Amino acid sequence: MVTTVETSAGPLPARTGSLLRETRGYRVFRAFNVVALLGVVAVTLYPFLMIIARSFSSDTAIRSGQVNIWPVGFNLTTYQLVMNDAMFWTNYKNTVIYTVVATAIALVLTTCYAYVISKHHLRGRSVLIGIAVFTMFFNGGLIPNYVLITSLGLKNSLWAIVLPNAISVFNLLVMKAFFENLPLELEEAAQIDGLGTYRILWKIVIPLSKAVIATMLLFYAVSFWNSWFAAFLYMDKSELFPVTVYLRNLIAGSSTAQSTGAAAADVAQVSANIQSVTMVLTVLPILCVYPFVQRYFVSGVMLGSVKG
Amino acid sequence: MTVQGPEITTPAPVPAGPAGPAAEITPAADPDARARRGRTSRRTRRGRMDGKIPWRTALRKDWQLYSLVVLPLIFFAVFRYTPMLGNVIAFRKFRAGGNIFGEEWVGFRYVEMFLSDPTFWMVFRNTLVIGALTLLFCFPLPIVLALLLNELRSRVFKRFVQSVSYLPHFLSIVIIAGMLFQLLSLEGTVNQVVTALGGDAVPFLQRPEWFRAVYVSSEVWQTVGWGTILYLAALTTVDESLYEAARIDGANRWKQTWHITLPGIRPTMVTLLILNIGTFMAVGFEKVLLLYNPLTYPTADVISTYLYRVGLVSNNFSYAAAIGLFESIIGLTLILSANAISKRAVGASLW
Repeated sequence: MVTTVETSAGPLPARTGSLLRETRGYRVFRAFNVVALLGVVAVTLYPFLMIIARSFSSDTAIRSGQVNIWPVGFNLTTYQLVMNDAMFWTNYKNTVIYTVVATAIALVLTTCYAYVISKHHLRGRSVLIGIAVFTMFFNGGLIPNYVLITSLGLKNSLWAIVLPNAISVFNLLVMKAFFENLPLELEEAAQIDGLGTYRILWKIVIPLSKAVIATMLLFYAVSFWNSWFAAFLYMDKSELFPVTVYLRNLIAGSSTAQSTGAAAADVAQVSANIQSVTMVLTVLPILCVYPFVQRYFVSGVMLGSVKG
Repeated sequence: MTVQGPEITTPAPVPAGPAGPAAEITPAADPDARARRGRTSRRTRRGRMDGKIPWRTALRKDWQLYSLVVLPLIFFAVFRYTPMLGNVIAFRKFRAGGNIFGEEWVGFRYVEMFLSDPTFWMVFRNTLVIGALTLLFCFPLPIVLALLLNELRSRVFKRFVQSVSYLPHFLSIVIIAGMLFQLLSLEGTVNQVVTALGGDAVPFLQRPEWFRAVYVSSEVWQTVGWGTILYLAALTTVDESLYEAARIDGANRWKQTWHITLPGIRPTMVTLLILNIGTFMAVGFEKVLLLYNPLTYPTADVISTYLYRVGLVSNNFSYAAAIGLFESIIGLTLILSANAISKRAVGASLW
């Protein structure tokens, strides 16, 4: 394994410069390093493989502890079972709706605010930055938030999930840093041509910022897709749940079964493969786009760390 | 994307702190700004205005820009600052459905209540222990992983390891909890290993003595890969000629790492350490909520889960708000002091 990896490497020393005589100790270290990193890969991927294997396996095989990374008693009936559950689809559809609406609103608000605070000449700019950044380090906390959302009458509505998270300050700072690095000349030229701020933003800045907007879209979409607690807190009706809460209830059901003893153990075990199927279906959209969009995520983090 | 040299070490242009919103960035503190601001500011710089345009002119000239922040400011006012003020219910009697700022002052009654509540001290201790363990493992391990990745010669393999190790970052915490329940169940993989080694299967998630290990190791699994990104970026900025010089002086690989690489990424380490310390008290509330159960409360119950149960399950809003306020203030104090200390000690800070 080590050698195949090494040969595929080509002559690309991590640190360039003179290809000096390697000590034996260092060669040993490099071999160890490759093995260690393969270990990291294995440990990272293992739970995914296990869940996928279990989703195709039979109850009995899981119950007797035979299923690790290879399906035993291969079947698709669990998938059929979950997919025939109307509530699962309702909740899945909710997740899609919540994610789309929340991401759209978050993108608009974040772009507007980030654009404004990227304008260094603007009077009051640092106050605007301060207002946003302070919320990173101090927040109202669970109870006042709950009281607020309830008193605004947002319970059992999409807005309880969307509005309280409409701007992530981290994303805001990423976008601000990006806008600050755009060449000023283009906007100045447009201004001379008589374009107002709105049209400059819409016609010039946004087309130039596709990369960062794509990154923000992914950041927001993933976080809304994955979120569960807001819905868990503010939704009382199961037909309003996102799929994460559906899954949470499956898991919580089985964990209470485990702690209440053997009588309920059957329920817990049967749901192991149902849980796996639900997990696979929930994470599937992310896994599908992940290989293609991964570099955007990374560039977003880098951008966020650039001093702006 | 462009990463500007060593500046990568400062993640946010943060004029924050309690005085944050009011504090202006002085030109000296923000040289970039001054450079980029260019002509406009110099033209307007006069006398006591310190380079500031009068408000009236600013509003007339930039009203379109200001109009763009109206909706976001409403968002911040309603969903961020109103809850902050809403914390006054920690000192006021609160009636469900009544005024969100409470009905009448009761002074420090709720604060005294939780200070004399033994459960509070238990969850406080648990929070500190879990927070400390998380910091102990989740802060250094990404550095180690980044250093190991940096020693790889194969770019393909390096990119592969990176891609895989970032993946857990994108999972919902619910999925991670689901995986843990299955991995740690009596017939799960971990117990298969335990029994293969001759031990007895352990119901890990029902045992208080195991909770911290489960929490911290899953936290490492989730965060270590993603945590390498900034270090890997910082590693590329370390000056190549320093290694050259060290080699001429006869330093081996290990010595190069110790004397050149690590000092080279120190600003990044400091920044991330401050950020980690800032989130010290906010231990993964959602994860604990998903993983714990009454059997594991003695080690698993943390401040945030306790106040969740007190406030939203038992409806003692004011009492829970008092605990929550206490937690937020400690968190704020921690990040401010970590920042101040690092500014003094190593000259690196968030703002």
